[in-house]
Amino acid sequence: MNNKVMNPYLAGFLLGLVLLATIFVTGRGLGASGAVKNVVVAAVDAVAPAHAARSPFYSQYVGAGKESPLKGWLVFEVAGVLIGAFASGLVSDRLRWTTEAGPRVATKTRWLFAILGGALFGIGAQLARGCTSGAALSGMAVLSTAGFVTMMAIFGSGYLFAYLARGLWIAQKQGK
Amino acid sequence: MAPFAPDLISDQLNLVVALVLGVGFGFVLEQAGFSSSRRLAGLFYGYDFTVLRVFFTAALTAMAGVLILGSAGWLDTDAIFVNPTWLAPAAVGGIIMGLGFILGGYCPGTSICAAAIGKIDAIFFVLGGVVGVFAFGEAYPLLKHFNDSTSLGPVKVFSSLGISQGLFIVLLVVAAVGAFAAAAKVEKLVDPAHAPSLTFPVRTHVSFGAGLVALAVVLALIPDYRTRLLSGATREAAIPANPVVRMTPDELAFRIVDHEPRLKIVDVRSAAAFSVLSLPGSVNISLPELLGKDAASSLSQRHVKKLIVGDSEGQERAAYFLLKKLGYENLAILEGGIPAFNGTILAPTAFVSTGSRWDGDVRRFREGAKTEILKQVQAAKAGGAKKPKVEKKVQGGC
Repeated sequence: MNNKVMNPYLAGFLLGLVLLATIFVTGRGLGASGAVKNVVVAAVDAVAPAHAARSPFYSQYVGAGKESPLKGWLVFEVAGVLIGAFASGLVSDRLRWTTEAGPRVATKTRWLFAILGGALFGIGAQLARGCTSGAALSGMAVLSTAGFVTMMAIFGSGYLFAYLARGLWIAQKQGK
Repeated sequence: MAPFAPDLISDQLNLVVALVLGVGFGFVLEQAGFSSSRRLAGLFYGYDFTVLRVFFTAALTAMAGVLILGSAGWLDTDAIFVNPTWLAPAAVGGIIMGLGFILGGYCPGTSICAAAIGKIDAIFFVLGGVVGVFAFGEAYPLLKHFNDSTSLGPVKVFSSLGISQGLFIVLLVVAAVGAFAAAAKVEKLVDPAHAPSLTFPVRTHVSFGAGLVALAVVLALIPDYRTRLLSGATREAAIPANPVVRMTPDELAFRIVDHEPRLKIVDVRSAAAFSVLSLPGSVNISLPELLGKDAASSLSQRHVKKLIVGDSEGQERAAYFLLKKLGYENLAILEGGIPAFNGTILAPTAFVSTGSRWDGDVRRFREGAKTEILKQVQAAKAGGAKKPKVEKKVQGGC
């Protein structure tokens, strides 16, 4: 596997330019979790339209006169992310079916915790109105208070729980 | 003036734009190495600070870009989406996401990148996200109260902290550069053999850091584009010798009665004064609003004369020079402002002789114009035409 990556500051600068272009052209920021929400809302509406119409959550996004959530801006943006990341993996020779886990973690355990982590992000991103991309990064770029609060909460909480989760990511120190 | 959505870029085209920008977003994230959960988790154990470097450099770059483009007058910073703040939900949501990050090894954006190159754990993370959103959706009735609490609106971080924007930018950049330097030290302590910072050209990075702080100071010191233009216009307006095109109340009355199509009356008075009495067909745009995107769209027709009316000629002159600086042509101000128009046409005091033998005609004209214009004002009020039109606003957020 090719592990060579771009200089992080150059990558950050380029990422900043993509975000700036997004704000300049469309007046809004980038995101990710919103696309997942749109897909879930569309799925619930397709499977149980009556339930979606009754629910105070889903009814915000579906109903008469509203565009399908699948035609949302973030859904198209995330489709682009998939294409762009795939292209990058292709040029850098990183396309592999693999599971990446800490040195002491079995594959199945890793999958379980990935689902759990994803679910927590799904919940947290609804409360915070966005995830690391849509709330923290994009919010910070426009100096939104919410952006800075969300960013500090995500990373602060990551450090707070890092000790408890150390078994998932790092090998035990030698001599222990 | 940017942003181009939603008026220059239709909703449909905007989806194509989203796809293109998404490709750039995904490509850069993957090139940065964000498709690796172990690299991402390294942030929390000190063996790899790539996330810190990429994330903060990106935020600072975009932030600086927005400030520079706004300051140059190319981007209307009032028209862009500023994520509104719900303080407690933002904090609690962030804490939940932080736990998700350390357990799951990704965040939503990076998990999508990693899934795209075949990481199976990332695919499970994305599926977990679906479960999480569904769980939130089902539990929403219970969470709604908290979810809607502590709403502060689209508040900016520096005003929340009670400091100026410039000072905040400088402090943030200093903090970021300090964090970058500290991260390199920690990395080398934790994993002396593999720390990513071992490969960095140190001197280049140090000069970039210093340059960044210098740029922040410059950005902080440049006055905002709006402030600059407004104070410049006020200064020019104060010099009596600077010429302006003026229109007499009689001429304006004639044009209104005549339903002159090539005349746009721009009322720069307060919204309160405007709602009490406004001239037929006039639009109310305050001085600061003249700098925005909305004003640009209603004043851009070159062949239409833009007549500025205000409380006084002084106020009209300030708006006149402001619009001139912004590049508008075919401008004029109303002689004596709205008070003179009232005194001559709408609520005339004693008739002052013009000194010519046409005095009788002038009087008759003014009386006729008064009736006609008041009729138009009444008609406009009855028709509800004075309702401010609802602007299409940029939508955003996740």
